[in-house]
Amino acid sequence: MTEDDVKTEIQRVLRDHARLPVDVEQLQDHADLFQAGMTSHASVNVMLALEDAFDIEFPDQMLKASVFQTVASIADAVGQLQAGVV
Amino acid sequence: MPIAVGIDLVEVDEVEAALHSHGERYLRRIYTDHERHDCAGDPRRLAARFAAKEATMKALKRSHDPLPWRSIGVRLGAAGEPALELSGAAAALAEDRAVSSLSVSLTHERGVAAAVVIAECGR
Repeated sequence: MTEDDVKTEIQRVLRDHARLPVDVEQLQDHADLFQAGMTSHASVNVMLALEDAFDIEFPDQMLKASVFQTVASIADAVGQLQAGVV
Repeated sequence: MPIAVGIDLVEVDEVEAALHSHGERYLRRIYTDHERHDCAGDPRRLAARFAAKEATMKALKRSHDPLPWRSIGVRLGAAGEPALELSGAAAALAEDRAVSSLSVSLTHERGVAAAVVIAECGR
C-alpha cells in the first residue's frame, strides 16, 4: 500500500466515521481534526474503523488526541503499527 | 477545600453508530465490566458513561491526551446512584492531583447524554 493509498483510506474512514462538518478532501494533511469538528467519541469510532481498515490494533498508549489530531498524525501512527515498531 | 469541575456532552447517535459498526469490540475497548453490565447495551446509558469519562478527565485537568477509557468507570451503588471508579493511570493522576473525593451526575434526554464531575482536592 503506497502512502497515497494509506491517505486515501484514512480519508475514507474520516468521511464515514468522523462526522466532520467539512469535506475531508478539503482539509490539509496537518489540519486539526478536533478543531474541524470531530468529537472525542467520533475519534473512538475513527480509531475502531482504522483498526478494521488496516488490520491493526491501537495500544492504550497510542489512544491520545495527538495521534488522531490530523491526517498526517494518523498516517504516521498507522505506519508505525503496520511496521510493528509500537 | 478546592474543587475542580468537569462537564461533557455526548450525542447518543454517535454511540449507536459505534455499536452498529463495531459492536462488542467497541464495548470492550471503552467500557469497564461494570459499565457493560449496568448499561445492557442501552446507547443512552453508554453515552452518559462516555461523557462521565470525559468529564472526569477535565476535572483532573487531563483533556488533551486522554487517559485510557477503561481506567475511568461508573459503578452504580445499592440505591442506583452512580459513583466513579478509577484504576491505573486515572487513579495515579487523581493521587497526583491530591483528589480526596469524586462525585458524578449523569443525565440523558432527547438524543444527548451529559455528565458533571466534581473533584475535591486536598488531603
